[in-house]
Parts: sequence; C-alpha cells; structure tokens
Amino acid sequence: MQPLDVIKEKIREALPGLDCVIGWQRGFDPLHATPLFMRKPEDVDRLIWGPLNIYNTATYLSGFRGKKVGVVVKGCDSRSVVQLIQEKLVKREDVVIFGLPCAGVVDLTKVGRNVTDLGRVSAVDHSGETLKLTTPEGEKSLAWDDVWADKCLSCQYHNAIISDHFAGEPIAPVLGGRDPAAEEIAALEAMAPADLLAYWAEAMKRCIRCYACRNSCPMCVCRDFCIAQTRDPHWQSQEDSVKEKLMFQMIHATHLAGRCTECGECQRACPVDIPILALRRKANQVIKELFDYQAGVDPQAVPPLFTFKVEEDNINERGW
Amino acid sequence: MEAAKFLSDAALRPWLDELATKHALVVPRREGDAIVFAPYDPAKPLDLSRDATIPPKNPVFPACEELMRYSYAKNPENPAQAGLTLEPLVPMGSTVVFGGRPCGARGFTIFDRVYLTQRIRDPYYGARRESTAYVTLACSDTGNTCFCHWVGSSPSDTTGSDVLLTPVAGGYVAEAVTEKGSDLLKSTHMADAGGREKEALAAKSKALEALEAAPDLGPAPKSLLAVFDDQDFWVDMSAKCISCGACTYLCPTCYCFNITDEVRGLDGSRLRTWDNCMSHQYTMEASGHNPRPTKAHRLKNRVGHKFSYYPDIHGGVIACCGCGRCIKSCPVGVDIREIVLASIERATAKPQE
Repeated sequence: MQPLDVIKEKIREALPGLDCVIGWQRGFDPLHATPLFMRKPEDVDRLIWGPLNIYNTATYLSGFRGKKVGVVVKGCDSRSVVQLIQEKLVKREDVVIFGLPCAGVVDLTKVGRNVTDLGRVSAVDHSGETLKLTTPEGEKSLAWDDVWADKCLSCQYHNAIISDHFAGEPIAPVLGGRDPAAEEIAALEAMAPADLLAYWAEAMKRCIRCYACRNSCPMCVCRDFCIAQTRDPHWQSQEDSVKEKLMFQMIHATHLAGRCTECGECQRACPVDIPILALRRKANQVIKELFDYQAGVDPQAVPPLFTFKVEEDNINERGW
Repeated sequence: MEAAKFLSDAALRPWLDELATKHALVVPRREGDAIVFAPYDPAKPLDLSRDATIPPKNPVFPACEELMRYSYAKNPENPAQAGLTLEPLVPMGSTVVFGGRPCGARGFTIFDRVYLTQRIRDPYYGARRESTAYVTLACSDTGNTCFCHWVGSSPSDTTGSDVLLTPVAGGYVAEAVTEKGSDLLKSTHMADAGGREKEALAAKSKALEALEAAPDLGPAPKSLLAVFDDQDFWVDMSAKCISCGACTYLCPTCYCFNITDEVRGLDGSRLRTWDNCMSHQYTMEASGHNPRPTKAHRLKNRVGHKFSYYPDIHGGVIACCGCGRCIKSCPVGVDIREIVLASIERATAKPQE
C-alpha cells in the first residue's frame, strides 16, 4: 500500500471521533491544489499528497478551538502545530496529526516567472525529474531547484516533528544546501538605511491592505481582533499610504518574533507578491541569537515569552 | 459612430505619449511579480501579457479618497467654543485608463446603478466617472478562471469601455464605443482600419468559441435565497476561507466603502476607503452586535449579493464580471463559481415545501 493510502485509511478510522480532518485536494485547475476539510469517509478519497500541497493546514487549527480535529501535515506545517501547542493555543489531545514525508512544495510565483500566465496551464506532471507544464506556448519543463519554495531548498524538517500517524520512509535533511532566505536577508542588510527604506516603500506601494498575509499566518491568532483594525486604540489609520502599510508589516513581524515557523504563508498568500517573509525571518534571527530559540522545532522547549530570567544569558542589561 | 481605426504596434507608444500630455494616463505595468495599474512613464515598459493582478477600478473608485478636510479653531475668549472650517475636495482633471480587459471595464457599470441614480448621485464617483475614459484590450485567449460568458459578458464586451482595441497582425483595430472614445481616436497616430475589421471580428469570435459552454445561472437568485438558512451548507462552503480581503479588493464590481475621520489634533480629514465584507468589522454595529458573526455568514453575503440580491433589484444583472481575480488570487483557492453552482444544486435537491 502507498503511504498516502495508509494515511487515508487512518483518517477514515479516526473520522468518527473528529469534527473534520484538514488536508488538500485538487483545486480549480491542475496547478492549484486547495485545502480540503474531510468530514465524511467519501471526502477522504479526494485527499492528495505532493508538491502542490502548498497551504499550511495548521492555519485553520486555532479556528477549531474546543473541538477535536485532525490535520495532515508537511514537516513545516508540523512546526506550526508544535508552536501552537507550546503556546497553549491548541491542546495536544484535541488534534490528531497525520504525517507523510515531504520532498518539497512549489512556489507558484517562481513557476509564474516561466510562463506567460499561471492561469492558462492546462496540465501538470510532477512525477518526474522536472516539473512539466502544458501551456498555450507549448510544453514547459522546469528544473525542480528553480521552482521549489525557498524554505524547501534548505529544509531540515521534511517529516512531521510530532505525529500520531506517519506513513512512508522519512526523508533525511540535506545539509549545506542553498539557503536563499539567508542570501536575501544578507542582501537587505548590506543596504544603507535610506536605500533599505526606499526598497520597502517601493515594495509596499502595491500592497492593497487585504491582510491575506495576516490571515494566512498560522500563528496570527487574534483573528477578528487585530490591533491594525481597531479604532481605539488607533494604531493604524485608514489611509492607504506606504507608511501605514509598512507599519502593519512591522506590527506583524514584531508579534511573530520567535513565534514564526517560517512556513512562508504570508508571502505566498500576498496577491501582489510582496516579499515580506524576510521581515519575519530577520526577527527570528535576532531571537535565535538572543534566546537560542527556534519556533516549533522542539515540543519540549519553552518559548522565550513563556519564561523569565533575572539575567538573560545573551543580553547585557547592566554592563553599559 | 465613425469607422474603426488601426493602431500599429509602432504607433502605440507615440499615441500613449500624446494621451499623457492631455490626461492623467494609467497603464498596466509590472511591479515585482504583479501587474498593477500605475501612472504612465515613457521610460518604463507596459505589460499587456495577461490581465492585470489589480483591477482598473481605482481611477473611478479609489482604494482611499479624501472627501474633505476640516480644522477646529478655538475661540480664545471662550475656550469651550470652537469654530470649524470645512474644505470639500472634489476630484479634478481627466484620466485615461489604458490596457484593462473588458471584464474590468464592465465592472463599474455595476456601481452606476447604485451611485448614479435618479434619486441619489454620489458626487465624487460621478465626477470621476465622467472624467475617466477606458481604452480596453479585447482578450484573444481566456484562462482557467475566466467566466465572463457565465455572467452575460464576453472577451470583447464593450460595456463600460470608451475604446475597444482588438489585437490583429501588426497592431490593434480601435473602435470607439462612446463620444469620449471617438475623441481619443482623433489622433495622427491612428490609421484607417483598411479592411482589418474582418480580422478583428474573427479574433473576437475565436476567443468566444474557445470558452467552454456556460452553465445556466438563471436559477441562482432563487437558489441562493432557498439555501439562505442552510448554515451547514455555508459552513462547508466557507471552511477554507481565511477571511482576508483579497477577493473584495481585487474585485472590479465590489463597491462597498467605509467612511472614517482621521484626526490629528485640531485638524482632520474624512476618508472613504474600500470596505471588505469578508472582514469581521464589516457592518459591525456600534452596540457590538454583529449581524454576520462568522465567515460562513459573510461569504454567504458576498455570493448572495452578487448573484441574488443585486440581480433582484437591478433587472437581473449579475454583480460579477467574471474576471476570476477572486479565484486566482485567493490565498486558498475559494472558487465563487463552485459556490454558485453548489447552491443551485443544493436548492434543487431540497424537498419543496
């Protein structure tokens, strides 16, 4: 039996005790998958596994508080589940985790750079050495390394970090792979402050303030009560200026420092493709240096905001 | 209307340069990996390769517009008394929007029935609508999320446009749709169509024929009312929705707005901004009561408004132009077509009372 079939069987067995199990199914065209909420045994037939399962299923977990649900996870999704549990936002006993080894997912923005229109791909074959697309301009064969999401190129967590059911042969992490995220941050840090501000102002200009970045984030749990939208306190105005747009990115990045599991959903969800993940990654780098903590990789670790030390090891508070 | 013209590929930029001297000109341009409508810059390339990520509605209905400015002046003799100065801001100048697609231009004809009526005329929208002209590019191909023909339109629909350009060999056949449009075509950069109209007509039919047969949405208004109280159906349909505003802000036909006063000290401005019916704050009442407390209620309202409530009071016109932006730009792939069809199916399957 294929690992996916094993997992499907496990889901069917678990369904009677669960509100639903969250996974992926084919979406509106062959290139787009879409989240699947399995409630009935026949829904499980539609579950798919592969490089088009880009969505982080953990994003929905906090919306099911108080209910028992199942979630099918990639390794990176499981980091979000772990972090949610560590922060007591989800109870471990309320979630059944189904895992499969993940070789990576595609970044549709990168795929889009190789075709005229992502919306005109009529067939996809992701079973071979390359990603094959049928487009109006003909067959396209794209090298996997050119279309993997950045997080996949340096992935250390191909397999669910915690799971109740895992099927398939775990994939070992590749060490010393390219780390485009680190390269991006290094390039940004090399800029003079004025240039850096100009870079972000230019990038944020096209932001439509839809908050897809916030709402797709598994760790953004304030949901309907975000301080970006309250009138009292009035942190953000309704103006659509670059200043307001960037201010929200700062709010988001700060609230995610040391909590962000770098799933990349914020950037992936952005309808105008603003490369905003770098802001969260930078905040995470600082937390790693100061508190030696990385979100969602160790269920036993205590998040920095959940503990208190009179003298922090890496913060010089008195020696000025 | 006068005869069609021909705009050669070589004459396109000179014509745009000319338009830019008389009007604020807005064109589709690549910014990062997105295509947005931005002020024309002769030094920057256009991107007409596909429909823009952002719809062309901003010039007539900006994401944020300042309606008026005001300031208070305290009376030093009686500090409890304050004088108020008001400065209304009326949109000025003319704008030409080049390179949108028929669906995008058709979008704001949906607004006209609401903002420009016998009874009520929105002065801001009215002023912008009158002073904005749309030069639209007919579609030669259609994508996986295109469904303009489901909602009574087509890849060469002229509704809402002032000029329609149809791609032919070596350039475009340009047809004026309105008086405003014929004025724009009075240019030395325009040649006689010289018999190319036939080629344009063939291109238009080819694009239309390439579309798969459209399902009948006739029963949609009644079906959506029939499933109105079917909460299970809406919970199911909205399960994957993350309640962001991508669908509404990218929608050429969404016209809901919010009005807020942004005050700094004694000065303030009144802003009108796009509202978003997928947000928890939408129609939230001052008492704290929320008539649409869950995303299931909110998605029901979005789909119902476009495919049932609006058609009911506007002679059957569907408040959707079928551009597919809400589908392809949805972070999780919510498909409005699927929801409308599912509601028809669900309503039919329901035992009649």
